[in-house]
Amino acid sequence: MTTLVRPATDERVVPPARARKVPAPLRKKRRRHRLFVAALMAPWAIGFSVFFLYPLAATLWFSFTRYNLLEQPVFIGLRNYRYFFTQDPYSLQAVRNTLWLTIFVVPARIIFALLIAQLVIQIKRGGNVLRTVFYLPALAPPVAATLAFTYLFNPATGPVNQLLGKVGIGWQPLWFSDPALAKPTLLILSVWGLGDVMVILLATLLQVPNEQYEAAHLDGANAWQRFRYVTLPNIWPVLLFAAVTGVIAMLQFFTQAAVASAVAGGTAPVGGGLGERLGYPDNAMLTFPIWMYVKGFANFQLGYACAMAVMLFVVSMAFTVVLLRRSRVFLYGAEEA
Amino acid sequence: MTVHDLTIRRPVSRVRAGRRRKTLTFIAEHSVAIALALVFLAPFAFIVLTSVMTNDQALTPDLWPRTWRLDNYVKVFQDAPMFRYLANSLMYSVLATGFMLLSSIPAAYALARLRWRGRDLAFLGVLVMMMLPPQVTVVPLYVLWARWNLTGTLWPLILPNLFGDAFSIFLIRQFLLTIPEEYADAARADGCSELRVMWKIILPLAKPGIAAAALFMFFLTWNDYFGPLLYTSENADNWTLALGLATFRDLHRVQWNLTMAATLIVMLPVIILFFFAQKAFVQGVTLTGVKG
Repeated sequence: MTTLVRPATDERVVPPARARKVPAPLRKKRRRHRLFVAALMAPWAIGFSVFFLYPLAATLWFSFTRYNLLEQPVFIGLRNYRYFFTQDPYSLQAVRNTLWLTIFVVPARIIFALLIAQLVIQIKRGGNVLRTVFYLPALAPPVAATLAFTYLFNPATGPVNQLLGKVGIGWQPLWFSDPALAKPTLLILSVWGLGDVMVILLATLLQVPNEQYEAAHLDGANAWQRFRYVTLPNIWPVLLFAAVTGVIAMLQFFTQAAVASAVAGGTAPVGGGLGERLGYPDNAMLTFPIWMYVKGFANFQLGYACAMAVMLFVVSMAFTVVLLRRSRVFLYGAEEA
Repeated sequence: MTVHDLTIRRPVSRVRAGRRRKTLTFIAEHSVAIALALVFLAPFAFIVLTSVMTNDQALTPDLWPRTWRLDNYVKVFQDAPMFRYLANSLMYSVLATGFMLLSSIPAAYALARLRWRGRDLAFLGVLVMMMLPPQVTVVPLYVLWARWNLTGTLWPLILPNLFGDAFSIFLIRQFLLTIPEEYADAARADGCSELRVMWKIILPLAKPGIAAAALFMFFLTWNDYFGPLLYTSENADNWTLALGLATFRDLHRVQWNLTMAATLIVMLPVIILFFFAQKAFVQGVTLTGVKG
């Protein structure tokens, strides 16, 4: 279904497998090719080592130490990990919150994005305008979008509760200020910004061969059967992609929760303010990355923050492996998979 | 027999029933789509309307501004150092995007269009780097930048882009894969060097992909909150718009009108840029997903 071609192969510069004596001009050509590749890849290779491999290894090392940036790290074995699971009063709450967001936000975004994409596809005239409208919220900077939502869902003066009052619904929820509703309100915010998923699904739906639908139609398949047996198998790999990237995005969910928590709680989500009122209300919005940030950069317990980073690494790596194993077909084209 | 023949032979009444059902579906689909579109646009409408209200009115149930206070926008710039935030945001986004292009286009080219030992392994490295949350490596990186005395500035966020950005490399590579090799072969047959093939033949054809990567990078940095928060929290001189906006509410306790005006000011450049470059952008989003 994908139109991507496999990586280009330049046969002339690839040495034959068992060539003993290589003529001098070819040898020169090969060396120039190697130099060319090295020059192109050098910046990335440096960046990969200095800004990725080294910090990855250092994170693992720091996670076994007590480290506060001023003094040298002191090896303390697994004590950071033990503290995380047995003593830290907020760590498990943070895990639960991030888990909640992952379980509910990821499917909600994908399902709504799929429904909207299906709808947009049916609209012949004005479909482009609709696509733009549904995409627009995904562009809004997260800080701005979250600020807007804390205003919209402000319990006392926000338009949402005022509209609820106007249509005669007596229910006036506290939204971001209610521990039970804070995360669902974040979910609404995330669903509003589903444009990125929708655009990808839209492109995929358009690639489903029309003949398959016609064939199913002639066989007397109803709308649900057409979706189940034609659409779904065709878009399945992209759904997997959206799910895995969605999960990894939720594992690092920081900005919206931090800003909503601080603004609804009445502090500035910068510097000290984040440490004071984090997770308002009642730690309902204290996500794993926020707690890691507070431990690392407000309390400067860097070793402990690294232990949390290692756990984050293990979980996100597991999801990455799932995706990479499944998507060889997409990355290289069908022939090489 | 074609589908067309089948429809002609249908009894007239069934054709009419089918047509009526089609009309009903048409109406249903369009009304749902329009209603949903209005819901998605509503937050923007509320932001705009509130941003031109008086503060007193912003706290009342009235949704339509009684007097249009356009000077709210002037006040935002007077009350907070918005120009400084804007300059910092622009510096971050423009330099990061420029640096990213310098370092990532070559790497993407080598990964997509040249054959060399270790290429698949290097690409795997790009993928893993792209997928892992930045928080995984953030502590040692912070220590590194603190040692180089660059914490408190935006440089820790800008400089790494000189050494390749994983997502951009991936995106540009995916686009480069779609360009047929015949163009390059023709140029080689004419005696072009590999450098010339890249520079004169392939990269000009890759402009849409490169544009999409640049746009993504600009938006990512413009919207970034975690990075500037981490490195510049203690130094308000180097705050970006995203960071300044996050504190704005605190400066003006209950002044929702000004807060919404500031919110709109931060949103606007991104939205304007999007409308100018919509085609490249949507193409880019599609490219990231279609590969699965």
